[in-house]
Amino acid sequence: MSIIENHETVGSPLSEGAKLRARDVCVFYGEKQAIYNVSLDIRQNEVIALIGPSGCGKSTFLRCLNRMNDTIDICNVTGEILLDGDNIYDPRVDVVPLRATVGMVFQKPNPFPKSIYDNIAYGPRIHGLASSRVELDEIVEKSLQRAGLWNEVKDRLHAPGTGLSGGQQQRLCIARTIAVDPEVILMDEPCSALDPIATAKIEELIDELRENYTIAIVTHSMQQAARVSQRTAYFHLGQLIEVNATDKVFTTPEHQLTEAYITGRFG
Amino acid sequence: MTDSTMTTRQKVEASMRRRRAAETRFRLYGMASVLFGLLCLVVLFGDIFSKGTSAFSQTVLTTTIEIDGDYLDITPDSSESDIMSANYDGLIKRHFKNDVQPKGRSEARSLFSLISSGAGWQIQSQVLEDPSIIGKTVTVDLLVDDDVDQWFKHEYGNDSGSVRLSEKQLEWITGWIDSDALKTQFNTTFFVNGDSREPELAGIRGAITGTLLTLLVTFLLSFPIGVAAAIYLEEFAPKNRLTEIVEININNLAAVPSITFGLLGLAIFINIFGVSRSTPLVGGLVLTLMTLPTIIISGRAAIKAVPPSIREAALGLGASKMQTVFHHVLPLAMPGMLTGTIIGMAQALGETAPLLMIGMIAFVVDVPGFINDPSTVLPVQIFLWSDSPERAFTERTSGAIMVLLGFLIIMNTAAVMLRRRLERRW
Repeated sequence: MSIIENHETVGSPLSEGAKLRARDVCVFYGEKQAIYNVSLDIRQNEVIALIGPSGCGKSTFLRCLNRMNDTIDICNVTGEILLDGDNIYDPRVDVVPLRATVGMVFQKPNPFPKSIYDNIAYGPRIHGLASSRVELDEIVEKSLQRAGLWNEVKDRLHAPGTGLSGGQQQRLCIARTIAVDPEVILMDEPCSALDPIATAKIEELIDELRENYTIAIVTHSMQQAARVSQRTAYFHLGQLIEVNATDKVFTTPEHQLTEAYITGRFG
Repeated sequence: MTDSTMTTRQKVEASMRRRRAAETRFRLYGMASVLFGLLCLVVLFGDIFSKGTSAFSQTVLTTTIEIDGDYLDITPDSSESDIMSANYDGLIKRHFKNDVQPKGRSEARSLFSLISSGAGWQIQSQVLEDPSIIGKTVTVDLLVDDDVDQWFKHEYGNDSGSVRLSEKQLEWITGWIDSDALKTQFNTTFFVNGDSREPELAGIRGAITGTLLTLLVTFLLSFPIGVAAAIYLEEFAPKNRLTEIVEININNLAAVPSITFGLLGLAIFINIFGVSRSTPLVGGLVLTLMTLPTIIISGRAAIKAVPPSIREAALGLGASKMQTVFHHVLPLAMPGMLTGTIIGMAQALGETAPLLMIGMIAFVVDVPGFINDPSTVLPVQIFLWSDSPERAFTERTSGAIMVLLGFLIIMNTAAVMLRRRLERRW
């Protein structure tokens, strides 16, 4: 514990022209502090992996980035998170457009109990993204194609989304997220409920999505972090310990805690 | 063989016998409870059905009677009000006097008492329907008095006399039976008439209409209010002291004795707001108070049962709080909410006590046409009839209970079917 008191993040957490900038973010659940002064920049078109042992605050931090923590009454966030320079915690900011810009994919696949088509079309519908039925059909097809699910479901678009396999459901959720054309996608352990084959497909998908989106992914699998991300941030007990290029983190970590974690001494 | 010499396996074997016995015993207890419940149900239904089925048949006396225009002082061209006010009772009395030839006034009176006091109306309505029968001789099925009806349905053929009918009266009745004039037919009166002091004229149409109107008011008020309250408390209300107090008191309300709601209705709706008493409107208002806690509590439980992941998915896509609730949470919670509502409505259907307090126990003959007409409801009608000394009312009580049970079964079946259909959609 003594090592990380008044800890300064090592490595390169900040960078020029980042898409999302977090500055001195602290999160409290009631009296309990979950995150301590985290400052981190997320660059355009990069995949950043957030790793760390259970309860280190990486999911909490991720959920701050599109204010999903607002749904928890006792949760209190201080500090600033800037999306393209605008503080998303400004009282004047409406979370609805924010969440359309910063989409989220959850740990457990959570398709709506509706048809595959309606699952994808829901976001565009509520945001008024399609002006006609044809346009909506196009969005649905494009989103499913991007998520690599089109060929598997094109013949049964009106079958319930809950009838798909776990991996397909998760890709459906990713397709649903990209259907509203977000700029940033947050993924909270998107593969933890999936088998290795489904996981491989999703990882491939994440790599493809990087071209168009900025992605932050929380993962428990260090191999996954190594495979999909360009930069890796290591969290420990609510502190951001180290941020570096993924190669560097997994080969020559700067901080001893990072090294202990990736070599499997704890976590 | 002492414990120390036994192997673990032997010990397990030894304990198995005890465990198996305990399990068998427990299964038997369960079966006994179910059997006891079923037995109670069979006894209850058996009793009601054995008493009530005869309420659905009614004895009538077939007779040929001349609609004497001179005696009634009407012609086929007379005005409706003249036809309505003609003396049909007198016509019937004259007919039977000529037919049976009773000796003296007291015998004549005991003869007339065998025919229902509603017989005059029967002739009147036939004449109103078709004035051309005036002056002609027609065959009519006249309602008999309830004493004759009960004797004919239950004691005729038993060779026993009657407490209610004299020797002379029985002689006349036997005469009618011998000439095949007396018969039973389906008791349509029971379903088309309102209440009456005369059992053979009493029916449940007024009570059924009153019940339907009351339930309509209850449903129209309690469902939207209950669902809105459940949604607000579960999804929007801040979790603080005030909402906690509200929550506790909703639970308290569910446990309040129903007669208290009647007193409240009397004091507030009738005395302060001046809603007219004894109407389906005030009945529905009172039953709404009673049903609301049930609907709110079950509605909240149904909303709580919706997985939070669905909410997160919608919020994560940028749906507003209200869109999340109305597009995703509510459709999933609806089957549960409907179940709660139907349970509440079924409770309201069978409720008597609070309605007594707001005057729905009044003797109402007319069938209510709208929610502000005086009326009664089925359970109160049952209560009223069960209090009447006439035997014919006893069987009508059971008959009305059968109708009430029928309504309950229909409602519950509808609820189950509705729920299945909604659940299959998701």
